Formats: sequence, C-alpha cells, structure tokens
Amino acid sequence: MTSLLARYAECIFWMARYMERAENLARILDVHETFARDSHGAKSWLPIVQLNADQDRFFARHSSAGADNVIHFYVLDQENPTSIISAVRMARENARQLRPLISTEMWTQINVFYNTLLELPPTELTRPNLPRLCRMMKEACQTHTGITEGTFFRDQGWYFYQLGKYLERADQTTRLLDMKYHSLLPRTADIGSPIDISQWSALLRSASAYHAFRRVYPRGMTPAAVAGFLLFNDAFPRSVVVCTNQIDQLLSRLTSKYRLRRGNLAMERVDEIQAALETHTIERVIAHGLHEYLDWLQLRLSDVSLEIGRAFFGMEQPAAA
Amino acid sequence: MLASYDANGFYDELFGGPGNPALHTDPIRSRLGDLDFSDLKRRARDAERELYNLGITFLVYSEARAVDRILPFDVIPRIISAAEWARLEAGVQQRVKALNLFLHDIYHDQKILKDGIVPADLVLGNHNFRPQMIGLDVPFGTYIHIMGVDLVRDDAGTFRVLEDNGRVPSGVSYVVENRHMMMRAFPDLMSDIGIRPVDNYGVKLLEAMCEIAPADATDPHVALLSPGPYNSAYFEHIFLAREMGVPLVEGRDLVVQNDRVYMRTTNGLERVDALYRRVGDDFLDPLAFNPDSCLGVPGIFEAYRKGNVALANAIGTGVADDKAVYAYVPRMIRYYLGEEAIIPNVETHICREPEALKYTLDNLDRLVVKPVGEAGGYGITIGPMASKAELEDCRAKLLADPANYISQPMVALSVCPTLVDGGIEPRHVDLRPFAITARDTWVLPGGLSRVALKKGTLIVNSSQGGGSKDTWVLESDGPAVAALDDGPATVPTPVRAQNQTQGPGTGQAMAQPQVTGETAA
Repeated sequence: MTSLLARYAECIFWMARYMERAENLARILDVHETFARDSHGAKSWLPIVQLNADQDRFFARHSSAGADNVIHFYVLDQENPTSIISAVRMARENARQLRPLISTEMWTQINVFYNTLLELPPTELTRPNLPRLCRMMKEACQTHTGITEGTFFRDQGWYFYQLGKYLERADQTTRLLDMKYHSLLPRTADIGSPIDISQWSALLRSASAYHAFRRVYPRGMTPAAVAGFLLFNDAFPRSVVVCTNQIDQLLSRLTSKYRLRRGNLAMERVDEIQAALETHTIERVIAHGLHEYLDWLQLRLSDVSLEIGRAFFGMEQPAAA
Repeated sequence: MLASYDANGFYDELFGGPGNPALHTDPIRSRLGDLDFSDLKRRARDAERELYNLGITFLVYSEARAVDRILPFDVIPRIISAAEWARLEAGVQQRVKALNLFLHDIYHDQKILKDGIVPADLVLGNHNFRPQMIGLDVPFGTYIHIMGVDLVRDDAGTFRVLEDNGRVPSGVSYVVENRHMMMRAFPDLMSDIGIRPVDNYGVKLLEAMCEIAPADATDPHVALLSPGPYNSAYFEHIFLAREMGVPLVEGRDLVVQNDRVYMRTTNGLERVDALYRRVGDDFLDPLAFNPDSCLGVPGIFEAYRKGNVALANAIGTGVADDKAVYAYVPRMIRYYLGEEAIIPNVETHICREPEALKYTLDNLDRLVVKPVGEAGGYGITIGPMASKAELEDCRAKLLADPANYISQPMVALSVCPTLVDGGIEPRHVDLRPFAITARDTWVLPGGLSRVALKKGTLIVNSSQGGGSKDTWVLESDGPAVAALDDGPATVPTPVRAQNQTQGPGTGQAMAQPQVTGETAA
C-alpha cells in the first residue's frame, strides 16, 4: 500500500474546491445576467456580492454594485480572493505542487485555463460578452472535472479530490439558496407571482437543476419546493444531501480501504449533518427559518473541512508510526 | 533550406569542420534540406506553445514578481556520433570517478593534499568544504551521485570540459522533454535514424537511490527534497519526482525523530530512506549548517551521519566543482587513476604557479582571467575585450594575489544550424551530459545542448535569450563513417586554438559575455 504525502492530500482537496468554486461563480454570473430581471427589466448585482459575503471588500473599491463593477470584481480582479481568476490561480498553484501526482492532462488544462484568463483583455468583460465568457469558464471547469474523472489514478488522492469537490459543492448550494432567501422569501406577498418564479427558476438554472426539478415537479414552482429540492433531493447531483452522503462514503472508504485511522471526528461531524438532513422537512425548515438552517449547515460543513485537515493534512504532529 | 548556410569558420555540429566533415549527420542533413521553411516555422511555434501549455518552465524573478518562462526550444537537433559519444561517455565516467576519489580522500586521509598535488589551502579553506564530513563513510565512496559536466567544442572539433557541476546540476528535465517534443513535432525527421533513448533517466536515478539507501531498508522509501515552488528549477523537481514515482517533499513535510527521517503522510509519519535533495548544503539542516535556514530539516545531518538516511548528492561535494579545483582535475585523474583525462579541460593556467602567472601576464590581452574565490562570474576580465586600463587593473590584482586567479584562452565555441526569423543560421552551443553514480556510473546518452539564440553571442544562459536543442546520440554511425575507421572527428587531439579571438571560455557558460558577430568573424 502506498502512502500519500499529507501536503499532497491537502493540495488536491483544495484544488478540487477551487475549481468547483470557480464553476459555481461562473454559473451564478451567467444566470444572473440571463434570467434574473425585475419587472422593469433592471437588476441589482448586489446579491452576488452578498452571496460571497464580500460587501466590505467590494465597497472599499467600488461605490456601487453595478454590472460592470461586479463582473470585473468576480471574473478578472486578481486582488479579489473570491474572484474566478483567483480561484483558478489557487487551483493552479495547488496543481503545480501536485504535478508528480496528477495527470499531465489535468495540469495542462488548468494551466491553459489560467493563462487564458490572464490574457483576457478587460474589454472582453462587457455584459453582451458575459454569457459567452461564462460558458467558456464553466466549460473549462467541467473539462477539468471530466479530465480528472478520466485520467486521475484512483488511489487515496482521488478520495481527497472528491472530498474537496463535494464539500465545496454542498457549501455553494447552501449559499445559492441563501442568496435568494434574502431577496425573496420574506416577501410573502410576492410568492407565486411571475417575478418570483423567474427568480426561482434562475436559481434552479444556476445549479443546472431546472429540468431535473421540472421532472419531479411538473406542475407549479413554489419556493419551498425549490429549496427542498436543492437541499433534500437524493438524486440531484448538487443537492446538499447527495454531497453529504458522498462525503460520508468517501471518509468510510479512506478508513476501510487505506486504513486511515484518524478520520473519526470528521465522520462524526458528517453524521450530524446527515441526521439533520434526514429528520427535517422543508416546511419545518422554513417555519424555523431557512436562513438559520443554511447557516448551521455551512458551519457544520466548515467543521468537517477542519476535521479533515486535522486528521489528514499534517496539521497536528502525529506520533511516529 | 541549408543551401546558403555558412558556419563562418566555426566548427559546425551538423557539417563538421574544414577537412573534417560530419559524415554521420548525412541522412538528417538531407531531410532538413528538404523541409519547407514555413512548415518548419509553424512546427516550431506549435512546439513552443506546447511547452508553455505543459508548464515546462523555469521561474525568472523580476521586480519581486516570479514569471514562468519556457526555455526557448530550437527544433534543429544537435547530433553526436556513436564514436564521439563513446569517448564522451568514457570521459565523463573517468571524471566522476576521479572526483569521487578526490572527495573521499579530502574527507579522510587527505593524501592528495599531503602529496602537494592540490594545494591544501584551496581545499581546506574553501567555503564549500564541510569539516562535518571528515571521517564519514558514504556508500560505495560515491559523493557525487548526479553530475552535470559542461562541455564546449572548440574550433578544432575537440570537446573540452568547461565546468563541473557536482552539487545540484539541473537541466536534465529539458533533455527528456525536448525529446518528447521532437517526437511529436518531427516524427518524419526522426524515423529510422536510430537515436539512443533518454527517457529512462528517472528509472536509473531511482535505482541509484535504492542502491545507496541504508542496508536495513529492504524496500527503500525514496523522496525528492525540493526548496518548493519558488525555486527556479521547480519544474525539474516535479519532473524527476514523477519520473521516479516518488513524492516531492519540502522541508516542512519531513521530521527527524530518534535520528531517523520521516515524512508526514495522511496516515501519520512514514520512514524515508533516501533523499534526492535539490537543496544546497547550507539550507539542509539548520542544526548542522546555516541556522537561519527554514527550508531544511532540523536533525537530518545527524540521521545522515548515523547512516539512517542516504542523501544524493552527499554533503560537501561543492569543493569538487569549484572553479579553482577544476583546474586540477586532469592532475587528479593522473594521481588517482594513473590515466590522462579523456576529455581535456579548456586549457587553464593556475596563476599561483609562477610559470602560469608569467604566461598569463605576458598574454593578458588574449586570455580570460577569472578570480576563483568569487561567485557568480564576478571579477572576470576578458582580455581581448578589455580596455588598457582594465588590463592594467587586472595585472595589478594578479600580482597582488596570484593564487586567487586562473586564466584560460577564449574558446571558439562550435555552432549548430538554428532556426531564426529569417532562415537557418549558425548559433553557438554547449553541452551538458548527465551522469548518475551509485556503485557504477551511467551516463545519459545525450545531454542538454544550450544554444545562444542571439546572433553572434556566446551566451547560452536561458535568462539571457539562450535556448535549448534536442541532442541526438546515434546508435551507430552508418557505413560512411565506419569505413573511415575512427575518422578525424573522433581523434582526441587537444589542439590549442590558434585564433582565439572568437569568444571567451569564462569557465561558466551561464554568464558568458557577449561578443558581436564582427568580432567573432
């Protein structure tokens, strides 16, 4: 049995997270531009800033959350750590250290993707260009996922890659819901109105969930149904429950197949999340406060990440084996 | 393509010299001649793009920002005949053997110093001499496990050693990657030529690492120790770790407990038996060497001293690749092996010796004078290019401290046809073969050919517009060459160059000053 350098495990975990993060951001920008408009055809770009909890950083640099500002801030602003280019740069830095481990194709594709972003002239960042740009970025991230699926050796490293991907994905789904919760749910009067539906269908589209949702709910679209679908549907690949179940299985496999003895605390944390997902209905969640529930989920997911770091990434000084 | 090519009187790697044609390159010359210029250009562009996309880069630092750069790749290969290579291989093996014997000697009985072959102060006072290594035995007496020898070919077609790299020689990754690149870009040029492969370097390196691992390690765990992503040769570290199939570790990944080295894995600490380290002596262990270093591993020297971990290269090899010591290598070969050097040095005058000092002073305007105590090419005087005042200044320094200087003639480096904007032109090249030694020495058939891409310059250094070429060692030289029965190109004639105004052999090709085309002609 070959062992895995702790730092490699950490790098691959974070590489997966950053690529997943970049893809999600591209999805959000794309959908926001294409679908979400209010009754006057205008829209605020503020929710995207809120989604990433970037208000302080953003308004330190820009006076208003207009389209141009927000798009630049999230696509090409290298000084913004939550921008797509920053995420891809971090993914690339991790990939660079991982090059003895990952396939040449994986490295090359991330490297080319990053260089493409670097060479992108700011003049490309106009609103009419944004859908094309977002498609390119989404496809690059999905190409990464596909290349990884097709070329990455299935040893321990693969499990840490998957762990990173599903943790980030679960986190992003909760954030996505939270963003719309802020802007929509409290206004009960709007529920069921045409504007509302366009907003919620935009949300579904940004998670690539629209058609899947339609298959489960052919008639009607309620905020509760949408939120419930994104949280609890056990067949939708970006739902929190699917991601959490994956994380649980990955941790078990690391313990059983690779005899990694340290993952217990991380698994306990995952159990807590699973229990909370199994025992709640969306109606109850909404009644008790969706935002609070999402917040709780995000904190628990962050705990899982922390425990994985403590267990496997050499953060603690282990005794000699 | 090659009809109007003119090597300007230099020895040419593809055509040979006057009265000394390179017959072994026949098939390749005719194939190159048939190629279309625009096709060649297009393929060269594709190849460079691919290098960039693959991230086969080195880091250049400018204004606190690190920039990834590729080493420009020239698509016209440099070809070495089987007979020439056999000599170079034997010459490199001989040199490695002598240097290892030298290192063992100076860290044990110091006979060569006592016998006055090499001045004791040169060795014992050298800042690369590590007293900590005295009396310590290393497996097979091998100190330099990985060696890169810088060679140049002079206008008589004779290969000469310009410099030894016995600490952490780099560049072998380009040798292998350039070959891969050529195979993708020019399958038509390479087919049926019979080129010796270079891609088993990693396997050979791992074999050597396992050979030197402690005897109690039945299945040795090997790792490559790198200073990290901000090292300019980081790509090479990645490459070598991957080729060996071992983890690329940094100091922070390792920990020493009970004089044994461990690395942090997802499952706790795991023993490491042998490290190919690309970290200099100074930075290896803050407890034993530079206390300010945070790149290294505290306690690793003690683990090494106790024989619990093998290091390649051994500690303290720097004294053998020193500029001043270099001048004594032919004498070392004679002293330890009773043989003449198969590959001669660039003719070197050791100014601490009265005759050499007199010769140097008498020929200042024709020689390159180098201080041996200085690092980084500082303080070099290039006679043919120096002003009267500079020569006088040099003379004064020589007289004040002759022991600090060596002098060499300017070497007219050989050229190789190279693709440039307007066509194919001659450009100067050097060659760095790589040798791996544990019990025995294996030499990678080929080596890094660096090429000075700027017209007329001898600067092959990558940061100054230098590039590299694929180096082909032929499996056999073909009927035309065999009929000559050891033809002139393979005769070891260390002829002193008559017209030495073409360019300096400064002892380090990395920092050779520019010589204009007019001066060179």
